[in-house]
Amino acid sequence: MDQFGVLMTCPMFPYLEQELDRRFKLFRLWDFPSKSEFLGHHSGSVRAVVGDTKVGADSELIEALPRLEIVSSYSVGLDRIDLEKCKERGIRVTNTPDVLTEDVADAAIALILTLLRKVCVADAFVRSGKWMSGDFEVASKFSGKSVGIIGLGRIGSAIAKRAEAFNCLISYHSRSPKPHTTYRYYSSVVDLARNSQILVVSCSLTEETRHIINREVIDALGPKGVLINIGRGAHVDEPELVSALLEGRIGGAGLDVFEKEPEVAEELFELENVVLLPHVGSDTEETSKAMADLLIGNLEAYFLKKPLLTAVI
Amino acid sequence: MASPSQISIGDALPQVLLLRNLLPFSLINKPLPDDRFHFLRAWESSVPLDEFVLANAQSARAVVTSGGAPVTADLLRMLPDLQFVLTTTAGLNHIDLDECRRRGIAVANAAGVFSEDVAEVAVCLLIDVWRRISAGDRYIRAGRWVGIGAFPLGFKLRGKRVGIVGLGRIGMEVAKRLDAFGCIISYNSRNQKTDIAYPFFPNLRDLASNSDALVICCGLTDETHHMIDKEVMMTLGKEGVIVNIGRGPIIDEKEMVELLVKGELGGAGLDVFENEPDVPKELMGLDNVVMTPHCGALTRESFLTLCELVVGNLEAFFSNRPLLSQVQL
Repeated sequence: MDQFGVLMTCPMFPYLEQELDRRFKLFRLWDFPSKSEFLGHHSGSVRAVVGDTKVGADSELIEALPRLEIVSSYSVGLDRIDLEKCKERGIRVTNTPDVLTEDVADAAIALILTLLRKVCVADAFVRSGKWMSGDFEVASKFSGKSVGIIGLGRIGSAIAKRAEAFNCLISYHSRSPKPHTTYRYYSSVVDLARNSQILVVSCSLTEETRHIINREVIDALGPKGVLINIGRGAHVDEPELVSALLEGRIGGAGLDVFEKEPEVAEELFELENVVLLPHVGSDTEETSKAMADLLIGNLEAYFLKKPLLTAVI
Repeated sequence: MASPSQISIGDALPQVLLLRNLLPFSLINKPLPDDRFHFLRAWESSVPLDEFVLANAQSARAVVTSGGAPVTADLLRMLPDLQFVLTTTAGLNHIDLDECRRRGIAVANAAGVFSEDVAEVAVCLLIDVWRRISAGDRYIRAGRWVGIGAFPLGFKLRGKRVGIVGLGRIGMEVAKRLDAFGCIISYNSRNQKTDIAYPFFPNLRDLASNSDALVICCGLTDETHHMIDKEVMMTLGKEGVIVNIGRGPIIDEKEMVELLVKGELGGAGLDVFENEPDVPKELMGLDNVVMTPHCGALTRESFLTLCELVVGNLEAFFSNRPLLSQVQL
């Protein structure tokens, strides 16, 4: 196993790196002055690529690695992997579903709560000493509001369950209605937005869902509605969202993801009706380790010719 | 100076003494129902309260107060026709209940109006500390998100043991919400609740020893003053988190600050403090502390409900119908 060449595309989590290093022949792409320099020396040695939401395995990389057999993503999202190319070449692909579902759902609710109840603003208010000169402003309650979820998969369902404990009314949009749910279904995202006070993006990123939050949806959500994104930055037409926020055409936004991380439009920094997080949806000690263990488990299974644990292809 | 027509209308409407401006109305820009009641606005007068009351409120049968304006025995004695005291708070510490009981004066409050709102802030503070939400938002706004992996990891909620101190209305709303995240709930209260399945710890230190976080949801009494002391907090430990949406003095604040600064306590989410609005300076620089300015009840929705409750209680009283939220004295 220690001759099995594994290429890690970027720093992810020290524990994961350690464990890969212990078992396999680990190449760290960022240790090399350039990708072409790495490929020049080692392209023939790489049999597995470990990627994540920042740097995955695109067509160019896959083509440059003639002995590549498996891509294991340190994420559940597969938008950074050229799945078609992998299918063509017979390359296996694994991800890390389920272990991070709840953390991401928790982060979605955390964004809703801190946004509506203005907790980040309130904390800044206290820290700046402003409480000595006057009272804080009135905020909005979360309990009892209508929540519209785009994508009722594992994460969307977990979000719905938590929102229900706050007595919220749940509706959703997905490609087709889900059979075993009592939540109200909307075949149109615009209709869902129009009928929700809180709109949550929790579907996977595909060509169809790119910019699923566009000007029309934003307008339907309106000045009394808020948008929560724990999916991918590309789900949202970001310049449209930013101008809607600056012009007050939308009530607010809670965002864990952005189109060009780590870049965040600086105009948002002045706004009190946004909460911004540096893509931490699954960033807990427990889940980071669980994801790493699952990833390693998949690679080990592959090496030992056992069934993969969480294969996508 | 009121015009003659205004005075004659005022005479026809029932008189209600208002000690201070009613925040629930002013904060959401809702006018007082001056078309239905003659509000005697004591705070608008330049004369002291007792002079105002003697001159204007001798026929007032009702008085409305918020927490900051006490209804003392002295004040009650100056109101011979008084039969109803209405407070816009859940708490009753500012009303002389003995005197009300003695005189057969009915009292109504706002218990239950804010339970969900306050419970939400408790849950929000706890998640914020565990998942570093406010810290993450600050991080981005300070321009510090430049690369990969520099922001510290948070903690998963499922499986965390949360000890609720005071399982009243608010405590139950907190429990119900945290349940959905997979937290394991137990509690300490004056008495065990026989119809509640959550494990009961009669001893607060035992609760702390079996919890990853304590959420303070009880009221402030002589017994609960500084109930969360150094011993309880040391038992909660280096990874323990404390959330307070009750009253500041329930926690020995000086001890808590020292433990947080030394790293003997894992984190804190605080909506209340011993000396509001004065917050200990040492907390201002800590990323594992989230502080809010006593705003657990500060929502548009709760204030709307509260305004409706005030008007509803006054209407009920003046038409001899049962009060909406009468307190048993």
